[in-house]
Amino acid sequence: MDSSVKIINEWDIVAARQLGRNVAKELGFGTVDQARITTAISELARNIYLYAGQGEITIEKVENGAKKGMTIISRDQGPGIPDLRKVMEDGFSTSGGLGAGLPGVKRLMDEFSIESEPGKGTLIQSVKWLR
Amino acid sequence: MNFRDTMLDEYKEILKTYINDQTEQALYMSQKFSKKSIEYKISPEEMISLHKTSIMEIEPDLPESLLLSLDILLEVMMSYGLAYREHQSLRTIQRELINEIEVAASMQQTLLGTQIPKIPSMDIGAISVPAKQMSGDYYHFVSHENGAISVAIADIIGKGIPAALCMSMIKYSMDSMPEDSQAPGDVLERLNRVVEQNVDPTMFITMFSGLYNPETHLFSYSSAGHEPGFFYHAETGEFEELQAKGLLLGVDKRAKYREYERKLKIGDIILLMSDGVTECRTEEGFLEVETLIGYIKKYIHLGAQDIADKVYKELEYLQDFQLRDDFTLIILKRTS
Repeated sequence: MDSSVKIINEWDIVAARQLGRNVAKELGFGTVDQARITTAISELARNIYLYAGQGEITIEKVENGAKKGMTIISRDQGPGIPDLRKVMEDGFSTSGGLGAGLPGVKRLMDEFSIESEPGKGTLIQSVKWLR
Repeated sequence: MNFRDTMLDEYKEILKTYINDQTEQALYMSQKFSKKSIEYKISPEEMISLHKTSIMEIEPDLPESLLLSLDILLEVMMSYGLAYREHQSLRTIQRELINEIEVAASMQQTLLGTQIPKIPSMDIGAISVPAKQMSGDYYHFVSHENGAISVAIADIIGKGIPAALCMSMIKYSMDSMPEDSQAPGDVLERLNRVVEQNVDPTMFITMFSGLYNPETHLFSYSSAGHEPGFFYHAETGEFEELQAKGLLLGVDKRAKYREYERKLKIGDIILLMSDGVTECRTEEGFLEVETLIGYIKKYIHLGAQDIADKVYKELEYLQDFQLRDDFTLIILKRTS
């Protein structure tokens, strides 16, 4: 099962959070992890809303042997990120929030990968495993 | 046992104690608890969750609204938690950088090391202290085969790491200077070309270059915009500025450097310095030349190294032990 939310305006960020929270609850994540997952979704969705104009957030349940978890996929066809190392640096966040931005997402989740091509867009996949 | 396994019980205990009896003891326990939870990297959102779980177990009949309010608190603390984690990781990076700079600074000391020459007719002393870890001041001695001694003192305009990197370049060009170009004017002309070609145009270097001939006791010198030194006449007890005209290194590759000459009598002293000496700032403003000369006079009867060390100590004291600029002072005293 997977489901997506298109991010066009700021209210879609709330819808993406809601979707993520529902899936996290269903999988049995505790309240702290639920908050971490939704915060990560918020950050990713805000990035789409602020910098790409539009894109989508997809939530997938994943299984790896005995491990269960969920993946957040953020996809946009925006301007892309020319310097990935820079955006992954602490203290660089252009969205202005302290500790937020992509390094924040990486810290909140267990796995994180990013692909971006200037002019084409950005794809970020991030996994949280159930402990 | 790991703190993570026991922290719920510990926290519940503190909370229970405080709810029953509002003692300072319980508050102190919670302060200790928070230190420990920071040590074990418990994030703010985990603390809120811990609190909620604890209070629900201690007081099962709490109103729903109060428990719901904790959800909002937890959500609000998320950003604090993120900022906290970022701060932790930046601290680690900062520690690494400090370590690297320490290594670089000690490497600079080794790289730029120069030996003070020992010759019968002259007593030489030198002191160089960086304001930060890396110095932008530099001094260098060369003992030539014919017995003459070259001395150079340079100051990079700018401080810290860029200045230090630039220094290494100057040092290596001086080391590779041919034995037959000892004349101070030639030395500056060569270095000027090196600097002009290799250094970023916003970086300038001032330099004083001198050559002492122990047979004639003539000291010839040239300056590339460097802080003038002083000449002390032992006979009269007077100090005279060693004025010399010349463009900073790296400004114009065709720059020429005029050579000046002084004859040293027994007891005469040449003092060379960086602007960290003359521009030393005190509460009353810049150091007056008279004040500086006063300190030098006070110790003039001592050996060259002692004069340098003592004058530095006085100026360090005058500035409340806070150097604002790199400090270098060289003393050349004719003894026989």
